[in-house]
Amino acid sequence: MSASAVDTLTVSPEKGTWTGKLRERAVEAFPPDRLLPDRQPAYVASWTYVFGALTIGAFIVVLLSGAVLAVEGPAWWHKSNAGLFVNSVHLWATEFFFLFMVVHLWAKFLIAAWRGPRKATWITGVIAFAISIATAFTGYLSQQNFDSEWISTQAKDGINATGAGAFWNVLNFGQMLMWHIVLLPLIVAILIGLHVLLVRRHGVVPPFAPTEAQLAKAGLSLTTTVTAATSLLVPQELTEPSPQEQPLLQEPLAQEPTSEEPPAQEPLAQEPTSEEPTSEEPLWTLPEDQS
Amino acid sequence: MSHTSVAGGMNLLAALVHLGGTGKYISWGVVQISLANLIVIAVMIVMLVAAIVLPFPRHEARRK
Amino acid sequence: MSATSASDTSGAHRARRFKTDRDVVEWQGDYRRYDIAKEVLISFLVVLVLVVACAIVFSSPDDPPVTVKSWSNAAPVDFAQTAMAELNGTSGVATYGPPYTNTAGASQKLGPISLEHAVGVRIPINTAQDFVLKPLATLPNRPALDAALAEYQGASATQRTKWDAAYKRVVANATFSSGQLVVKGGPYGPVGVLIGNLESMARTGALDGALLATPQLYATNYTNPLLFIADGMYLADQASLRHLQGSQWGMMNETGNFPGQAWLWLYTMWYQVPPMNSSSNGDIEVWAIMMALTLLLALVPFIPGLRSIPRRIGIYRLIWRHHYRSLGPDVLSQMPPGRTPSRR
Repeated sequence: MSASAVDTLTVSPEKGTWTGKLRERAVEAFPPDRLLPDRQPAYVASWTYVFGALTIGAFIVVLLSGAVLAVEGPAWWHKSNAGLFVNSVHLWATEFFFLFMVVHLWAKFLIAAWRGPRKATWITGVIAFAISIATAFTGYLSQQNFDSEWISTQAKDGINATGAGAFWNVLNFGQMLMWHIVLLPLIVAILIGLHVLLVRRHGVVPPFAPTEAQLAKAGLSLTTTVTAATSLLVPQELTEPSPQEQPLLQEPLAQEPTSEEPPAQEPLAQEPTSEEPTSEEPLWTLPEDQS
Repeated sequence: MSHTSVAGGMNLLAALVHLGGTGKYISWGVVQISLANLIVIAVMIVMLVAAIVLPFPRHEARRK
Repeated sequence: MSATSASDTSGAHRARRFKTDRDVVEWQGDYRRYDIAKEVLISFLVVLVLVVACAIVFSSPDDPPVTVKSWSNAAPVDFAQTAMAELNGTSGVATYGPPYTNTAGASQKLGPISLEHAVGVRIPINTAQDFVLKPLATLPNRPALDAALAEYQGASATQRTKWDAAYKRVVANATFSSGQLVVKGGPYGPVGVLIGNLESMARTGALDGALLATPQLYATNYTNPLLFIADGMYLADQASLRHLQGSQWGMMNETGNFPGQAWLWLYTMWYQVPPMNSSSNGDIEVWAIMMALTLLLALVPFIPGLRSIPRRIGIYRLIWRHHYRSLGPDVLSQMPPGRTPSRR
């Protein structure tokens, strides 16, 4: 079958049109099954993976509650119990937004999720974090109560010290409110959108290569044979390809002191290891692409 | 603290658990943190640990 | 998975060694069922339930703000003293420097660089005029006040300075009774009338309006009233009671027992430690540190050492424990180039 599934769904673009080129590139970067996947790699089997989605869920609640506040205007919640309730939803959604985002950040750090082509995913995430802080800050400024009064008169000193206070006046309620409800949510939404698209494009980061101990536990071993010119990798003794059911208790980290880290793991210093001086070739070829 | 106005008092009656009034703070050397913030941070840590440790339902791995 | 996923492994890396903390071998293994639409919807619903529950149970804080009226009624002497400082140009705002005033040497510096100074005064404020004299001039039918205003504004700068200094001395010991500010007599000319009238204007609420008023009727910029209020001690005292002062880690806090902004912990921490905690350039120093740390966080993928921390901590082995337990014969395809365990 020469035509891919994508081709059967789309019409070939008109020659030379910008739209056609754009569509072609978009579909190539984000084929539908990658944009809206119904499968994921088998190693994605941990609750740590839910916090990104929870962060977005909180963001949506923030936006919706903010929209309701916008319907009635900034003074409503001081006078109305319904308004106070919506304000409370907006505030607690913000607390949960940051709570889930921070746990998401920790979880992604712990698995070095930036590896491979995922640098931009990481960077957009950090920027989104920083801009979210600014967005929340302008929200606190927009409350028109003691809190906003104190926060604005204090924060002005820090911002003035950078010179930005001359243009971005935290005491100017009108300006801060518009940044809070128009500009910053738009920027945050764009950053989150980019971040999610990057995850869809590059996928969830694969695990680190197994350690020697983990390979041994799985009954696998690999040897390296060195010839005059090249190295070859030869799998050996693959007697137990299927995993054994083990009790949930994971190997305590204490039993694997770092000194047992095999040379397979990148040493911190860039030591010139077993340099195969003649090696211009890659040390192996990966299996054919199996999409 | 009686600095909330009458209107403020009426609003806060809308809560089942009253979080207004004087805040509780915990001091530890140079660090001062509100009990509320400490709880939030503790929840973050508990969530992370729970997420790492709790078993995740897995279906059979299928095709490549 | 796609042509691009191989680019970080063999082909493009001929010139570049594989680094475990930077590069990755893309997944060639098994997949499992996943429902992204369901995950997003469930996430939204879970958060909605949690948030609505918290909103119902805890509500949210709404402490009313300090106004010039509430301030001058609760702390009339503090108000009078602040008003005097605004008139004679010794208040916090009057000596602030950019962006409000041209006060020499008031800008914060980082080494030789002062961004504050470079940007300059863009929100010009003359505290004597904007906070005292112009608001007073809006009051109708006060011949004594009009005369005092004319006398003060018509006098020489030297004369005004003498009057100001004399009044400053007595207002330090001012009292308040029967709705009136009580100060000792002294050679302060019309200043006593000015400050006394400003005090009563404040206590009626008229000064709040005058500070905010614009020629275009519609006001959304609270710079003047907020700066005036913040120049007094009363606002700061109210903040101390609520544990919101900088030295109380206040940046993280919310009024009452509500959670605040826990994510600002690192930003406010620097204000508690030397040298920032006593430096006149503390704000710009802390900003510089936080900008650098944020940049560092964003660039972790490129920083050897920092990017090795996850692998060295090893928690990833817990997160992927099922994967490591189920290693199969296709593990070869998951191994990084050139880095395989060898038997000795």
